[in-house]
Amino acid sequence: MKRFDGVTAVDAVSFGVSAGSTVALLGGNGAGKTTTISMLLGLLLPSSGSVRVLGEDMLRHRYRVLPRMNFSSPYVDLPHRLTVRQNLTVYAHLYGVPHWRDRIAELAERLAIAPLMRRSFGSLSAGQKTRVALAKALLNRPEVLLLDEPTASLDPDTADWVRRYLAEYRDETGAAILLASHNMAEVERLCDEVLMMKQGRIVDRGSPRELIARYGRQNLEEVFLDIARDRNGPFGREAAQ
Amino acid sequence: MTGISPRRIGAMVLRYLYVLRSSWPRLLELAYWPTMQMIIWGFITEFLYTNSSWVAQAFGVLLSAVILWDVLFRGQLGFSLSFLEEMWARNLGNLFVSPLRPIEHILAMMTMSLIRTVIGVAPAALLAIPLYHYSIFDLGLPLLAFFVNLLLMGWAVGLMVTGLVLRYGMGAENLAWFAIFALAPVSAVYYPVSALPEWLQWVALALPSAHVFEGMRSVLVDHVFRSDLLTTAVLLNLFYIAIGAIIYLRFFDLARRRGLLLQVGE
Repeated sequence: MKRFDGVTAVDAVSFGVSAGSTVALLGGNGAGKTTTISMLLGLLLPSSGSVRVLGEDMLRHRYRVLPRMNFSSPYVDLPHRLTVRQNLTVYAHLYGVPHWRDRIAELAERLAIAPLMRRSFGSLSAGQKTRVALAKALLNRPEVLLLDEPTASLDPDTADWVRRYLAEYRDETGAAILLASHNMAEVERLCDEVLMMKQGRIVDRGSPRELIARYGRQNLEEVFLDIARDRNGPFGREAAQ
Repeated sequence: MTGISPRRIGAMVLRYLYVLRSSWPRLLELAYWPTMQMIIWGFITEFLYTNSSWVAQAFGVLLSAVILWDVLFRGQLGFSLSFLEEMWARNLGNLFVSPLRPIEHILAMMTMSLIRTVIGVAPAALLAIPLYHYSIFDLGLPLLAFFVNLLLMGWAVGLMVTGLVLRYGMGAENLAWFAIFALAPVSAVYYPVSALPEWLQWVALALPSAHVFEGMRSVLVDHVFRSDLLTTAVLLNLFYIAIGAIIYLRFFDLARRRGLLLQVGE
């Protein structure tokens, strides 16, 4: 649970993400998605409750876990004056990546950023920045990957490319991925489980297919709207029960 | 992964050096103000040398004071700027979800402060030799003691300033530029502590800088190295660094409680 000056931002949120699965936090603005991710990362301390990642208590042993996880978000940036290679080099050292030159070269190849390596991060387009941020997030081969709106402000082609790459990474490594998104198509395609958040609480959960069936809708976007607008009861469930 | 990692500290120093070397105007700016100050005060010294019996006792007393004051100012600014660069870049969120510990970040900022200070002050000190036939290096080993103490004090103030910036965001950014100047009048840079009103003398004596500048005058005017002043300066610095570290870490903890680490930036 997290309270800010008497206002509850996240309450009674409890979930797990298994290895090799992708779980989405879905919800409108202010639903508590970013707050939840920040608590998982230890950037934000919960007012009460516990956070366990890879079997460790994040409140007590955060630095044991951080080398094994990573994060990407459009709300944080990399230094604009540094080149792509310099940024990745700095983070490779921060994460203690072994054979870091090889790892950077491998990611540059796979994420198609090799031609950008000498360019300053600030000179890149939004799509290019996203791919570089993703490279930073994958440098240490994280076992847990937290992504806040991974395809925000990307054109459909780049967004599709990023989604495909994330699925490949998960399948190859068995990593657990938690993502917060507003993009329903993305969630339907990528995620095994969806946690629907509203006003700081998880109000429903299930696979995309289960949720669509439960609400009697055609797609996840319609489910989202039902929940957001309270169309079928307090959290949109009545019609389905 | 439990201890302090030199590799992570090195990574952060590398990050700041990349920025520094990417822009020659930045490098030039580091040396520009100390050099201009030295030139102006050099001419004032030359004028006072023939018109003031006090300056005539030791030609370098004002020039040394100017150069050493810049060590304090640049030391503090060099520390704070490294932190501000992360805020301007909106990079704090990425940094603090990496295994980088706050203490490692602090050690990296101290290293960069040292590098920036040397780059800034060394040209001014070297230029004074041909311009005014005065070398601050003639102070010998005491110069090292003065330099280290002023740098330590700069770091202590830098820690407090960055702690406040963490807590109050970019609204407190300007503290990095002017906080140290609040201490200038009571640091006895250009005049002895005895020139201050008595109640202010107590304030001055609570600052390491006043002991350093008194020690500098003692070496230049009386040709005596006062180890008592050095000891007091060191002890005071250790005290203020501890206070600065507590403030920084407390505000870092508060930033984690309030979710400020993801919000800070332009």
